Amino acid sequence: MMCEDYVTASTVEEALATLASLRGEARLIAGGTDLVIQLQRGERNVRCLVDITRIPALDDIKLDNSYIVVGAAVTFSQIERSLLIREQAPVLAEAASRVGSPQIRNVGTLAGNVVNAQPAADGSIALLTLDAESEIANLTGRQWVPVASLFVSPGISRLDASAEIITAFRFRTRGPREGSAFERLARRKALALPLINVGVNVLLSADGTHVREARITIGPVAPVPFRAKEAEATLKDRSINQETIAQAVDVAVRESKPRTSLLRASKEYRRELIRTLTRRALLRAIETAKG
Amino acid sequence: MARTYQLQMNLNGEDVEVEVEASATLAYVLREQLGLTGTKIGCEEGECGACTVLVDGQAINSCLYPAMKAAGRRILTVEGLAQKDKLHPLQRAFIEHGAVQCGYCTPGVLLSAVALLGQNPHPSEAEIRRAISGNLCRCTGYIKIVRAIQEVSQTD
Repeated sequence: MMCEDYVTASTVEEALATLASLRGEARLIAGGTDLVIQLQRGERNVRCLVDITRIPALDDIKLDNSYIVVGAAVTFSQIERSLLIREQAPVLAEAASRVGSPQIRNVGTLAGNVVNAQPAADGSIALLTLDAESEIANLTGRQWVPVASLFVSPGISRLDASAEIITAFRFRTRGPREGSAFERLARRKALALPLINVGVNVLLSADGTHVREARITIGPVAPVPFRAKEAEATLKDRSINQETIAQAVDVAVRESKPRTSLLRASKEYRRELIRTLTRRALLRAIETAKG
Repeated sequence: MARTYQLQMNLNGEDVEVEVEASATLAYVLREQLGLTGTKIGCEEGECGACTVLVDGQAINSCLYPAMKAAGRRILTVEGLAQKDKLHPLQRAFIEHGAVQCGYCTPGVLLSAVALLGQNPHPSEAEIRRAISGNLCRCTGYIKIVRAIQEVSQTD
């Protein structure tokens, strides 16, 4: 691992001040499960690492009025075990349980997953499905911005990890007749990147017969985590039956642009996976919503 | 020049202090500075699990874990499993079941199993397989490893 100094920050302000004093040559580290590899390979040059994982309260998962708030240092293991998240946001609990391996989940964080900006990052797919926001702190203050606005291209986020910190994520608690689910296929069940992953959140009518609103997120089918908005529109106010589901899935396949990866899967196979996994996620999300 | 720090941690039940470079990984400090070579370095990218150690009871990949993160934590390596001449029940079961061949993955697998049984003393086979899913074995195969862990989980 290549760096000259390592600072363990005890407050967000201290971390920001350290970043500012090193003028772009310092970078935040949370779990480091991606960053340490990048540093060892020489893909990044960083003079100082600023560790945020011991800042009090950054590793909390809490209910705050109508929001669930997940701190930036919360690990995937914490998320997958959290009863609150399993109850309120199954899509996120399921996504967290599929990341890497136990060793990676015990250390890797949701915030690191987002900052790394991979189009099929399981955590990012789940957060977009929940319409989540992230709190960004910099020297001028803190503000909530949609997670969806943070992605630029593969590996590039709008966040400047040498000057800004994600301090938390938040999303609305699950309403009555609302449900979510996550689906993923990879070459093996651990330590393998997804060929396709899909998150679905649905809100049903009071009698449970119609879809009021749906959110569908798919990766990797675009340079950034992709919301299948045409498929979502297809579902709006439609009665729940085989035909509705089939139409929405067709639209999701059509609007996705998967690419062929020699290591993982052809685009043709990925299209079939989008069909199958979107359908499964939709059906399970609807089941959860019906309670 | 990398800065150095005095790192204090509890290692296999003993408080230790060691001067580490800011850039050192925990695996490097354990092997090269403290001479605990039971922790193996394999892929160096979190795929193989040979470097697995426990930090406060949780399995981590020590080759991706900055040593500075270990400050004030309880670290358990394979050297900390046996009590004097008495093997840990998992070590004994691995030997009895032939769950060790070349032995390179064994320290990591043992520690993943220790972490599992610490959190869930009576796991199902699926839970055992999931707990060791971050550890690659390329010669013994997993069946004997799973049976060895099952035996220990059923005996107490």
